[in-house]
This record gives sequence, C-alpha cells and structure tokens, in this order.
Amino acid sequence: MNEFIFFLNKVIISGATLGSVYALGAVGVTLIFGILRFAHFAHGDMMTLGAFISFMLVGVFQSLGIQTPLPTGFIVLPFAMAITAGLALGIDKGFYQPLRAKGVKTVTLLIASIGVTLMLQGLIRLFAGTATRSFFENEPKDLFRYKLPIEGVRSINISEPQILVILTTIVAVLVLHFFLTRSRIGKGMRAMADNPSLAQVSGINTAGVVRATWIIAGSLAAMAGTMLALDVILKPDLAFNIVLPIFAAAVVGGLGHSYGAIAGGFLIGFAETMSVFNWSIMFRGYDMPEWFPSDLSLVPTEYKLTVAFIILVVVLLVRPQGIFKGASS
Amino acid sequence: MIRRDAILFAGLGVLVLALANWFSVPYTLQILVNAFAYALIALGLNVQWGYAGLFNFGVMGFLMVGGASVTFISYPLNDAFWSSDGPFMLFKALLAAIAGGALIWGVTRIPKKGNLAKLRGFLLVIAWAVAYVVYRSQIDPAARLIEAEADFIGGLGLPAIFGWVFGGIMAGIIAYIIGKICLGLRTDYLAIATIGVSEIIRALIKNMDWLTRGTLTVSPVPWPSPLPADVTAAGIANPDMAILMARSGFLAIVMLLVGVIFFFLQRAYEGPWGRMMRAIRDNHVAAGSIGKNVTKRELEIFVLGAVLMGIGGAILTSYVQLLDPSGYQPINHTFIVWVMIIVGGAGNNYGALFGGIFIYIVWTISEPASVILFSFISDMSEGMRFGAIPDIEARALQMRVFVLGIVITFALRYAPQGMIPERVRTQES
Amino acid sequence: MSLLEVKEVYGGYGGAPILNGVSMSIEREDIGVIVGPNGAGKSTTLKAIFGLLEVTGGSITLDGHEVANQLPDKLVPLGLSFVPQEFNVFTEMSVHENLEMGAYIRQDDISDTLDYVYEMFPPLKDKRKQKAGELSGGQRQMVAMGRALMSQPKLLLLDEPSAGLSPRYMIEIFETVVNVNKSGVGILMVEQNARQALEFASKGFVLAGGNNRFTGTGRELLDDPEVAQSFLGG
Repeated sequence: MNEFIFFLNKVIISGATLGSVYALGAVGVTLIFGILRFAHFAHGDMMTLGAFISFMLVGVFQSLGIQTPLPTGFIVLPFAMAITAGLALGIDKGFYQPLRAKGVKTVTLLIASIGVTLMLQGLIRLFAGTATRSFFENEPKDLFRYKLPIEGVRSINISEPQILVILTTIVAVLVLHFFLTRSRIGKGMRAMADNPSLAQVSGINTAGVVRATWIIAGSLAAMAGTMLALDVILKPDLAFNIVLPIFAAAVVGGLGHSYGAIAGGFLIGFAETMSVFNWSIMFRGYDMPEWFPSDLSLVPTEYKLTVAFIILVVVLLVRPQGIFKGASS
Repeated sequence: MIRRDAILFAGLGVLVLALANWFSVPYTLQILVNAFAYALIALGLNVQWGYAGLFNFGVMGFLMVGGASVTFISYPLNDAFWSSDGPFMLFKALLAAIAGGALIWGVTRIPKKGNLAKLRGFLLVIAWAVAYVVYRSQIDPAARLIEAEADFIGGLGLPAIFGWVFGGIMAGIIAYIIGKICLGLRTDYLAIATIGVSEIIRALIKNMDWLTRGTLTVSPVPWPSPLPADVTAAGIANPDMAILMARSGFLAIVMLLVGVIFFFLQRAYEGPWGRMMRAIRDNHVAAGSIGKNVTKRELEIFVLGAVLMGIGGAILTSYVQLLDPSGYQPINHTFIVWVMIIVGGAGNNYGALFGGIFIYIVWTISEPASVILFSFISDMSEGMRFGAIPDIEARALQMRVFVLGIVITFALRYAPQGMIPERVRTQES
Repeated sequence: MSLLEVKEVYGGYGGAPILNGVSMSIEREDIGVIVGPNGAGKSTTLKAIFGLLEVTGGSITLDGHEVANQLPDKLVPLGLSFVPQEFNVFTEMSVHENLEMGAYIRQDDISDTLDYVYEMFPPLKDKRKQKAGELSGGQRQMVAMGRALMSQPKLLLLDEPSAGLSPRYMIEIFETVVNVNKSGVGILMVEQNARQALEFASKGFVLAGGNNRFTGTGRELLDDPEVAQSFLGG
C-alpha cells in the first residue's frame, strides 16, 4: 500500500502536473501549426516570457502590499496572459507577417522563429540575469498531506501549485473546447486549419482568425510557463528544455489537432515520470529472489528529457500524422 | 558577381586586420582558428542543405561526436583503465551491442508482406527491447567498474590529426545510421527529428561518464602542432611570441585543411555530380522519374556533410583542449551554423566560407563590444544616479544571442538568398 | 447596369497572361455557362472575378462596384459566392458547421437560410452532424453549394460542379442550379459537360485561348453548327 502511495505521488501526481504544462504548450504550438502552417520554435521562449512577466507582476503586487489567499503567481496569471498575448501579436506583426506576405516557404518561417527565439532568450537573460528564482521567496508553498485512515501508510503529497496547475488546465481545456465548437471565431479557426483557401473563399476574415490564434497561443504559453515555474523553479533555461517535449506532444497528437495535443501532452508527461520511476520499489513488499535487480527504472534520471525526444523521433518515423485515429496530416 | 564576392572577402580581410589592431594578434589568431573550424562546419551544412535541401538541425550532435572522437584518439593512455578488467568488459558490451543490432537488422529483413508480416511490428519492438536489455546488462557493470577503478577509459595517445579524421569518420557513421532512419521525413519534421537526435546524442555523451567523464570534462586534449609551452621549451623566451608562433602553427594546419577540402568540394559542385545533386534538390519527383536514386544520393550527401562537421567539431575541441559536454548548446553549435549559411549564402561554397568566418567574428565580437557598450551606459546611469548595471559580464554574454537573432531576422528580410547567393546558371534552369 | 460586367479582362498567375481580353455580362435572372477546350481560361475567368488571381487589364464590376483584384473576403459581403472545383468542403467539420461557415460574414439570424438550403438539398437533412469528408461525392457537392448559398449571394460562381459525379448526380446538380436561379440568384458556371449545361443556359460563352469565341443563349450555341463542330465534338 505504501508503495502504491509512493507511486501515486511520484508518478501520477508529477505526471499529471508535467502533462498539464506540456498539454497547454502543445495546444498553442498545434494551433499555430494548423492555422499558420509553420513550426513555431519560439513557443518555449514565449512560455519563459510569460513566466517572467508573472514574476515581475508578483513583485509589483508584493511591493504594493497586496496579500492573496492563493499563491500570488496565480492571481497575476490573467494579467500576464493578457500581456503575453499582446506581445505575441506584436511578434507576429513584426517578424512573421512580413515574411508571410512575401509568400516564403514554411521552412523560412521556422528559421525566422529561431531568430525570434534567440532574440527573446537574449533579452530575457539580459534583463533578468541568469539566476534562478522562485515564486515562493516571500510566501509559503503549501504542501498538502492527506493521511489515509490506514495505519502506517505514508501520506499522499500534493502541493498547492500542483493542484492549481491541474485544475486550471482542466478549466482551460473546457473553455477551449467550448470556444472551438460554439463560437464563431473558434469555428473560423477550425475552418482555416481545415482548408485555408476555402476559408478565405467563404469570406472568413483570415486576418482576424490569425490574431485570435496568436492571442490564444500567447495566453496559453503564459499559463503553461508560469505554472511550470510555480511548480518547479523559474530559470531562463525553462524554454529550451520545454520546446522539444512540447513539439513531441503536438506531433504525437497530430499536428493541427488541439485535442490530440492535449492528450499528447499528458502522454509525454506520464511517459517521462514513468520511465524514470524505479519500478522495483513496487515489489518491495514481496519476497523477491536474489537476482531481481534493485533498480528497474527504464532510464536513469538524467535521461528524463531524452524520453520525450525518443518518443518524438519514433512517432515521426512510424506515424507522423499522430497516433490518434482520424488525424490527417 | 565575382567582383562582389571579391569585395566581400576583401572586406573580411580588412575586418580581421582591424581586429588584430583593436585587440591583439594572438587573440585574433584564436578567433581565426575557430572561425575556420566553423567555416568547415558551415561547408558541411551547406552540402546538406544547399546541395540536397536536407534540414539538419542536429549539427550540435555531430560536433559532439567529433569532439568526443578526437578526445578518445589523442588523449594520453589511461593506464589504470588498460590494466583493469575494463577493456574486457567493454568488449563484451560491444559484442552485446553488435548482437542486438544484428537481431534488430534481422527482424527488419522480414518482408512486409507474407506470413510473418503481421507480427513484424511486434517482433521489431521485442527485438529492440531485448537488444536494449542485453546491452544494459553488459554496459552497466562495465561502466561502474571503469568509473570506480580508472575514472574513464582515457584515450589512445595518437596524434591529433588522426583524431580529426576519426572524428569525421564517426560523425559519418552516425549520420549514416540516422540518415537511413530519418531521411524520408518531410522538411520541418526532419528538422524537429534532427534536433531530437542531437539532444539524445548530447544526453548520451554527457552521461557516459566512463567514456567522456561527463560533467567532469576531459583536459588537456593535445594539439596537432606544438603548444605555446612546447615553443617556449624549444628556446623562444618571450611568452607572447611563443603563443603567437604556436597559434600560427595551429592556424596554418587548419587553413590548409579547409583549403584542400574546399577545393575538392568546389570541383565536385561544378562537375556532373554537383549538377545531379542540385537537380535532385530542385525537383525530387522529376529526378526520381529519370531513374536517379534519390534516397541513396541524399544519404551520401548527409554523410558527407556530417563528416565535415565531425572534423570541424574535432578541431574546435582540440584547440580549446577541453571536452565539456555541458558546454555544447544548440545556440552556439547548431543555430549559429544555420545563420552562417543563410547570411553567407546557402548553396554556394564561397558563401558558406564567408558566412562562417564573418558570423563567427560577429558572434565573438558582440561580447566585448557589449561590455564596452554596457559599461558606457552604466557609467551614464551612475552619473544620473540610477546606479550601475550589475553583472555586466554575464549580461554581455547574452547580447551575443540577441545579436545572432537580429542578424537572422535581418538576413531573412532583406537578403534571403544570402550575401553570396548561389549562382544560378540560366542555361540550366 | 448589369449585375456582373466583365470587360476586356487580362490576367494570369504572374507569368504569361491566361486571359487575353475576356468579356461577359450576367444579370440576376441569368444562368451563364462558360465552355471551351482545356486551357481556354474558363476556370481562370471565375478566379479572376473572385479575386484569386491578378487582373492586369480591363474591369470587373458587380452592381457597379469595381471589384477586380479585391480579396475574396471583401467580395462575399458584396453578394458574390464561389464554389471551387476541388477541396470545396471543410472535411473535418460537420455538414451543419460547413453551412455555418458559409454564413460567417452575416450578423443576422441565419435560420431561414439554413431551412432554405436544407430544402434545396434534402439528403443533407439527416447528415447534419456528419463530417463533410465522410460524404459521397454528390453529397459533398451539395454541401459545397449549400455553403456558398448561406451568404445569400446575388451571384453564384460554380467551377465545374458536375466534375467527377455520376450522370444521375450531374442531372440533380443541374436541376438544383436551375432551382437556385429561380429563387433569385444569378449563376455563372464553368462546365466540361458542355452539351448538357448549355441546354438550360440563358447565356453561353465559348472561350478559347483566353478570349471569347462565341456568345449567345445556350440554345443558340447548341444549334450553331460551327460551335458544335469546333467545341462540342460535332
């Protein structure tokens, strides 16, 4: 029983939190790919940017003496999302739109987004330095322990940020779902991803749809980045470690398919936590023979990120259109 | 157009002279050594992208392979390793790897149609799993033993030049394996896949402490030519002069190597092989329909480019005399090379050469230039009572990244073909 | 003033011009049919009208407004609608959603128009929730036309509506076209099945080499031996 709780803490809860962050990031990437038809490499840095904006806002709030019942990082999230969305629009207008107007190949846009990544990374580190920061320097990070009414069994540990991350992701996913299936612009986005020339022919305001896409992608990026920083720590490196797992999640779910991206995010999140988990612990309660290895983790902990890359490469080779049925490339 | 090329290269020469003047000759020599190494790497990428349209975003991985190879070849022997059980256990692990590879290869030979076809996918997964477990069972104890008794396997103590060649060969082999698997992918998918692959390579090299000492790094890796210390020992008393002579020696070797490679590349480019490659790049379908084996050619190109990258990576590691897996960053080692060929001119060897040297200089200079700029601003802001800017050194380092980003953006907007674009022969097109 | 007036239009995709001075005029009561050999510029004319390629000479007016070289999303509010030949439905969206997309520019209540479209294409009533990509060729064509009708156009442009359809569906489509016209929508369509289409055309245009060769009512063209010989296969 103890082992199961350990599993729950280390794999299920961690996996769900990481998966949530990946899911939110992957949705942004997949929307941009579906509608604007290019791989937006700068998404990781957009997440970092969002996280840093949240951090700065937290500083502002604290200097104004505002106390909040939930972690302040959370409360400032809507503002950070709005600011990041605005910046995303600005970046598109300044860097990608002029190239799109010239009719460049999608590969050129990928390179342009790398240029944007470099600029963002340079700027962020320039202004914020390279130190790591915590959202919880000035306030406590609540850790909840649920003791089960069973003797001698360890508690289920979940931290407040983790709860908030998972809940927020669920809410965000539901909101996104309603947006895409009930609202005019949401349906316009789906139409554009489906068939851009027909969308234009039908009179859909493509420029408006593009703007909506960046606003959503930017907001979700800010959400994902901030929540990751709340759960773990805020460092400028956030971006690069995140970009590839997010692309992996988007590819696994089928590029352009939002629901696939969400599922992909959780899949990769759980895959990572499960592959570094030392499965032999599960057998501790039982009498195992001598030769049974003491370390049954699939990969050593240092290779945790590699798991996402491996999944990415495998999916790209075996089924590039994504692993879910009906996903078309 | 030849006039313009000449002017650009002349300009580059002037820039180098200016650097020698502003900074110092030994420092400029150092910049040039690295610049030429990067130019070689850029030539490699140019071969892959410019000749065949292949999207390799995993340049860093090949550089690391080159660096690890030259370390292995040229670092002195580690007696502790050779006198332990280490070599034997490694040999067993190698056998296990070969056996596993053979098993996997065997399963891939199962025809895709026929009786066993349905099981093929399933058997393939089993084959990979078995190979992995068997390999782990041999390598884990080997790694533990080596790390405990001998720290790491050390090197072979051979001359550095051998290491450079070996670096190229290893990079080529890895490129062959990766290419066999990945080259069928569409452009942006290939880009993402190669990034993934290079990250996997980085994780492996960083964590195989028994091979590379991982984060503990390996140094000093020997030079192919006499070190400053050696020059001093040979009788040159003035330390600055020793450094100057030693670095000039290294630079001479590198320039010679790059020159020879460049010559052969140009010959190939202008000849029938080059024309065929460009035909394939420009129109896959048409080329395939006239019987050219597109896949085979692409693999050739991919391997060739990788070999150049491996040599370049080896040169870099040799010069700095340090193998530090954590020091490899995609920005410094992949993206910068892409900027080099985009700004320099993809598809054109002169463009790659120019881009390599020019962008490396810009990249290196941005740091001290930013320090000067920031110090200036800092003094001003101190004067205005805003206080000095903290951590100028660290921040200036970041400016390099920003500058690189700006350069890409401007290049894409205003000179998408590069400064020395490919010369399209109108009779051909 | 005609509903649509195309005067001496030159245009193409950027290279050599495909249209070399095409002219035609359509009224709201008309069913206009453009026929001609391959490469004559038939589809190109429609695309020129709908702003999908560059018009380098001449003029195109809709209700007196100059519309040449305007983007499609400006033309739809003016009362123009276009059904492309291929990829003319949103395959991942349901039939109903496809129709909703057709009405994207409208701010008012679209339920009357929806009823009208479902009446026009009864088989779609049961398939409202089905993905358009799962339908048969003939039903897809219905969705494509229905989508175009949702914006309540004054003039409907159709690019080879019967392409790839069985003869039964072709007849149905043509009947539908006639019905749509009767309900007050001008029609201008390009057709490969020239004979059948010209049967009910009030205006026929034979194009070749990017300009007009013959113009007349459908009946006139069908009865003209010269036209029949050169373009309709005797």
